[in-house]
Amino acid sequence: MIEVKKLVKTFKNGSVETRVLKGIDFAVSDGEFIAIMGRSGAGKSTFLYQMSLLDEPTSGDVLVDGHSTREMTDAEEVIFRLQKFGYVFQDYALLPDLTAIENVALPLLMQNLISIEAYKKADDALTKMGLGHRLYNLPSQLSGGEQQRVSIARAIAHNPKVLFADEPTANLDNESSALIMDIFKRLHKEGQTIIMVTHEIQYAKRADRVVKFDDGKIISIEQQTIE
Amino acid sequence: MASFLTIRIGFFLAIRQVHRASIWTTSLIIFVMVLTFLNLVVVSGILVGLIQGAVDQARFEFTSDVIISAPDDKQYIENSPNLLALMRSFPEVQAVSGRYGSGAVLEANYKTRKETEKRNTANAQIFGIDPAQEDAVTHLSESVTEGDYLLPTDYDQVIIGQFLLSQYVPVDDPNFAALDNVGVGSKIRITVGDVTREVTVKGIIKSKVDALTRNMFMVDSQFRSMIGRNDGNVAQISVLLRPGTDPALVRDKLKQSGVDGYAKVQTYVDAQPQFLKDIINTFNMLGTVFSSMGLVVASITIFIVVFINAITRRKYIGIMKGIGIDGSAIRMSYVFQSAFYALLGSAIGLLLVYGFLVPFIDEHPIDFPFSDGILVAPVDETLFRVGLLVFSTIIAGYIPAWMIIRKNTLDSILGRN
Repeated sequence: MIEVKKLVKTFKNGSVETRVLKGIDFAVSDGEFIAIMGRSGAGKSTFLYQMSLLDEPTSGDVLVDGHSTREMTDAEEVIFRLQKFGYVFQDYALLPDLTAIENVALPLLMQNLISIEAYKKADDALTKMGLGHRLYNLPSQLSGGEQQRVSIARAIAHNPKVLFADEPTANLDNESSALIMDIFKRLHKEGQTIIMVTHEIQYAKRADRVVKFDDGKIISIEQQTIE
Repeated sequence: MASFLTIRIGFFLAIRQVHRASIWTTSLIIFVMVLTFLNLVVVSGILVGLIQGAVDQARFEFTSDVIISAPDDKQYIENSPNLLALMRSFPEVQAVSGRYGSGAVLEANYKTRKETEKRNTANAQIFGIDPAQEDAVTHLSESVTEGDYLLPTDYDQVIIGQFLLSQYVPVDDPNFAALDNVGVGSKIRITVGDVTREVTVKGIIKSKVDALTRNMFMVDSQFRSMIGRNDGNVAQISVLLRPGTDPALVRDKLKQSGVDGYAKVQTYVDAQPQFLKDIINTFNMLGTVFSSMGLVVASITIFIVVFINAITRRKYIGIMKGIGIDGSAIRMSYVFQSAFYALLGSAIGLLLVYGFLVPFIDEHPIDFPFSDGILVAPVDETLFRVGLLVFSTIIAGYIPAWMIIRKNTLDSILGRN
């Protein structure tokens, strides 16, 4: 379970302070698929970054399985993210010097897996994403949809507790977007906890709950019935 | 702290970054490192080699490995025949040459001079030598570039240093007397003490060693008859040692035999004049200063290269941190890259220096006015400089990587300042 309490995030620009998150309380159960929606500037991505420990909240706390992350050092957060979380970014965020399999294997190697094991897991994850024939291609040799699937493979290869996705279909055409969402649906069915920021209502509908943000606050939480 | 894991990941990242970087960028960085290495080694090596060339020439052409000379208060070495015999009995000694010597006044154009004209004279040291023994020790015949070298049977013939002849003197200095219109075959007068003799110039010595170019040589028997001395006591003994023999060992052996009680025993290094030693020290110092500047330039270059590399890759650094790659592993990748550039640049530099420059310059010395300059690059000093270069490059690579990696992870990913 991942839980946020009284989460506040304020950005300072000189003497100007902008409060982007205004004391959010929210909880996600294991295995849930959450879609976060809202207009631009509503605070949804900022919320995702705080919850996923990519950024530090101004105040409040993020609890993972009841344990506060507030007092974690930067180094502890890095290890925590490595072991517990997976990330899918809007622009794929692949490392351009690494092939598809190397991109996926890198976090596994960082978890001290031996090379053979890391590459085997990376191969499995990429094959699961339908990219078994693209293992040794560099990101620049892949289409946007393929790059995003590599990114998902990297995010799930180490079986993270939570998969965070920040507008994963924003840069993709309809066909690729649908493919990505099918993958998310499949992962969700396998029990993966997913928290996804999206602008697209048709993809949000695939989530268990849709959380709507406006002006730094949650304005609604809709429970959905998934077919 | 660098753990095995961070080293492993750093190496993993570095290899791929270098392997997949633009070949032109990589080549340019390595080229800069090669130039830096050459700047470190060659500039100071040439500076030192310029003097070393002079030292080597003086050793090869005049002093040889060990030189024994008369004490300051005497004109000759007592018991010279015994000493020469002792020297020849040493197994380390390859050849020995004794030289008689005395100050002399040379005069030319005395037959054509009008009474109102000033005498054309020059002062010089005149040496009486055994031509074969001298040539075996100092290869003097190789320095005779006009006319011929002396034969033991030559009667009243001399070979003369080029700077005693005005046509070879580079500057017209009234304090620097030289003989006019004298060449091979010319007659000149030499006066030693009260004795004056007319001799013929048989050859002209051209060299960059002052002891040759400002002096004159004749056959020892002729010299002895001129000064009227038959005791066999010479003024100098030059000793050529067998290859690989340390001159200091032979010097010490001679001193232990008590030779230093009646003669000055010096290695070629001891015999260097103080000004030359000062110049060597000065050039060594200059070489160190230039090397240090080269090192600073190399460090700044690598700093800029890594800084630009890290800043343009800031987003990817942020992503790596975001997905859980430890900052020290990322820093390590930049350390490995810097070390790679420095080591490869140094390796190419080493190949250039020892495979090409040193043998080439040894074969074709640089023609400086006072020496044939060589490139002095002792392996131990060069390897020390390689170590310095690699170390400073690693530090110069680490600092910018550290500066970029410590930035906020999300700011790096999103490209925020």
